[in-house]
Amino acid sequence: MINSENAVLEARDVTIRYGGHAAVKNVNLSIYEKKITAIIGPSGCGKSTLLRSLNRMNDFIDHVTQDGEILYRDTNLYDEGVDPVEVRLHMGMVFQRPNPFPKSIFRNVAWGPTINGLPGDINLRVERALKQAALWEEVKDRLDDSALNLSGGQQQRLCIARALAMEPEVILMDEPCSALDPVSTARIEDLLFELKQNYTIVIVTHNMQQASRVSDYTAFMESGTLIEYGDTDQVFTRPKQKRTEDYVTGRFG
Amino acid sequence: MKISPSTNGDSLGHRSASLRRRHVVASLFKALCIGFTLFAVSVLGLLIAQVGADGLPWLDAQFLNNFPSRFPEKAGVKSALYGTLWVVSLTALIALPMGVLAAIYLEDYAPASRLTRVIEINIANLAGVPSIVYGILGLAIFVRFFGLERSVLAGAMTMSLLILPVIIISSKEAIRAVPSSIRLAAYAVGATQWQVVRSHVLPAAIPGILTGVILALSRAIGETAPLIMIGALTYVAFTPEGPMDEFTALPIQIFNWASRPQAEFHELAAAGIIVLLAVLLTMNALAVLIRYKGTQK
Repeated sequence: MINSENAVLEARDVTIRYGGHAAVKNVNLSIYEKKITAIIGPSGCGKSTLLRSLNRMNDFIDHVTQDGEILYRDTNLYDEGVDPVEVRLHMGMVFQRPNPFPKSIFRNVAWGPTINGLPGDINLRVERALKQAALWEEVKDRLDDSALNLSGGQQQRLCIARALAMEPEVILMDEPCSALDPVSTARIEDLLFELKQNYTIVIVTHNMQQASRVSDYTAFMESGTLIEYGDTDQVFTRPKQKRTEDYVTGRFG
Repeated sequence: MKISPSTNGDSLGHRSASLRRRHVVASLFKALCIGFTLFAVSVLGLLIAQVGADGLPWLDAQFLNNFPSRFPEKAGVKSALYGTLWVVSLTALIALPMGVLAAIYLEDYAPASRLTRVIEINIANLAGVPSIVYGILGLAIFVRFFGLERSVLAGAMTMSLLILPVIIISSKEAIRAVPSSIRLAAYAVGATQWQVVRSHVLPAAIPGILTGVILALSRAIGETAPLIMIGALTYVAFTPEGPMDEFTALPIQIFNWASRPQAEFHELAAAGIIVLLAVLLTMNALAVLIRYKGTQK
């Protein structure tokens, strides 16, 4: 059903512990190129922890240990020779709450490419990223304004533009709409369809409608375990596991 | 059990006894707060008025340009003023980078280990150690062991020890107040730790750091005990030319004048206090200015 030819990322037997507590248990999961993969599940099921392991953001949390491998085109992201800073150049991230830098709109997008010395004209790069994030028309006349003056939805699209400006291969999104109103959420979902042309997207969400609307593949996690993974249609309409069915139909617990 | 609104549909305007009592307590508390604020402010006002009345008549160019003298009409604060400026500048040069770097290390780099915690607790304790103890330390280490004698440098290093804990603690607070979401956002676009600290943590923390530094330097300006301990002289008829020269400082000069029997010297002490306050206020104004410029960008 899922062809494994074009997997960009592959988690193999991944277990992640906070101190003694295992938040993610023996997860095997492949992320496919230029598809949207949704990870759903109840709060505390380990879906955000799993997402953060894909660009080594768990490195910043104390007492986290990880077993297993995350393969990115056959290289384990956790091999000793791998620089986590380089990993994050390939995997961009958008966070749960909009977190623009307290700087100008332009600087927010330009900072990453600048410090990494990415080639090309920075003005063009910022414009392209803002256009891709469907924010350009709203901000093109006030690029020097503080990003903090934007609305919540605009700030989140700015954060998406900030990730896009780095031209990553994969974009990881950790419940990117949970702090937004329905109109802003709809705009970001539309945006995801556009971005799918060029990027591989992994989105963590506890909004099941969102997962069924936007994703190609859906992974359902519960208590740190991957219960089911497959085509989104199949997971939502013909789940193979009883627990998946209970969750997606709202008969949870 | 029946649940019904406690007011039972009464119209407004029938305040219960309990509500009236609560309003009385609220007003009493407010009056108490205003009373104590007024008391504190009027004591301060009285103090300043007293100092001004005594000292202002003596405050002229001659007072600022003369060295201390046995004759009140010839005495001035030149050597003490220069000494204080020398010590404070050197102290800032030593303690500011050291304190801020230590704070950055403790907040952003140090592992969350038991050792780190022990160090942090001890820094907090050091902030409460009486200043005379730092004076003894300075005397033993800088004056005697390193042979710096009674120099400006020995005084500045002693003062640096005294205010380092304050600078570290306030800088740590300012750095901690920078939201971690900003740090994570910066890491997520491929920044190294140094780039995150330089471009996001420090710019956001600088106003808070500066406030702490100015408070600490203000404390250093007023400190007398450690300087007496390391032997800063009371009678110095020259201004320091370099960090190895002997010196005196404003609080020492003020104390010296205040402890003389003649009334004129008491008024000279008041004039010295005005000069000390002026130096202090200038420093604070400078800090406000820097903070203002910093937030403009």
